[in-house]
Amino acid sequence: MFFQEPTPDTSGYMIAGFAIAFIVMALYVASMYLRARNLNQDVSILEEMEKPAPPIQTSSTRQSRKSPAKSGKNKSAKSVTKKSRQK
Amino acid sequence: MQPKPVALKVLDILSIILLVISTYLALFFAPTERVMGDVQRVFYFHIGTAWTALLGFILAGVFSVVYLIRKDLKWDRLQVAAIEVSLVFFLITIVLGSIWARPAWNTWWTWDPRLTTAAITELIYVAYFMLRQGIDDPDRRARFGAVYALVGGLSAPITFFAIRLFRTIHPVVIGGTNPEADGGFSMTADMRVAFFFALFTFTIIFVDLFWNRIRLGDLQEKVEQLKLKVSM
Repeated sequence: MFFQEPTPDTSGYMIAGFAIAFIVMALYVASMYLRARNLNQDVSILEEMEKPAPPIQTSSTRQSRKSPAKSGKNKSAKSVTKKSRQK
Repeated sequence: MQPKPVALKVLDILSIILLVISTYLALFFAPTERVMGDVQRVFYFHIGTAWTALLGFILAGVFSVVYLIRKDLKWDRLQVAAIEVSLVFFLITIVLGSIWARPAWNTWWTWDPRLTTAAITELIYVAYFMLRQGIDDPDRRARFGAVYALVGGLSAPITFFAIRLFRTIHPVVIGGTNPEADGGFSMTADMRVAFFFALFTFTIIFVDLFWNRIRLGDLQEKVEQLKLKVSM
């Protein structure tokens, strides 16, 4: 018993090991969460684009409806559809 | 994305609880190893992550075979998921091993057969993802990935058996003795409890992350399909 070497203090290495293991796992889980969030945003945008868009009225057409006297000035105002947006 | 199934939610929570218990067992329940001291406690996570990582690489090889037979992209997504989760776990294995080696072997790294085969395995699968990125056609990418993962899958058993086949200083704790090994130890009953619980915990965590990663792959596929539809 007297000739036994004392147990070395290697707790610093142990803490470093566990810390790294948890950090790597946490980073991976966070990366999965972020990727899923970005993909969900992409899906909602793409689904929105896929829908046939209803004609959107510009502010000038709305104004022309309210004041028929001014409608002559806004003859060029057209409803914006998906086709015109793609062009 | 479809809402998370209840079973997956339960698995998420179970994984966290098991990880907490396993950490407790490794840090406080298992006795301190007399020669190496506290650093030996990383062994429980080292083996747990190594076991699941090598299992994942072999699973990926099986998925590759099924893809090559059936040509269904679903199997490609399963293969990618298995490799990605395994890659993360194997990185933890290598880092923990290196941290353990510093006080045990007096070096962070040595070109021992086990360490070398482990490093090669990790690099093979890092290259897998880099090479996949370079192929646009999904079918070609999947075919390439399947062949690569099948060949790469051979590195997993080679890594596992390296300490049993070659002269190495890496200890064989389970199922064997190695006279050349440095840092080996025999487990007490409490150590065994912590060890087997860590194996179980990391298996459950692997299943949980694998399932989550498959869902992510399905979502990626959905985005690609939608992009194709919109661009037409």
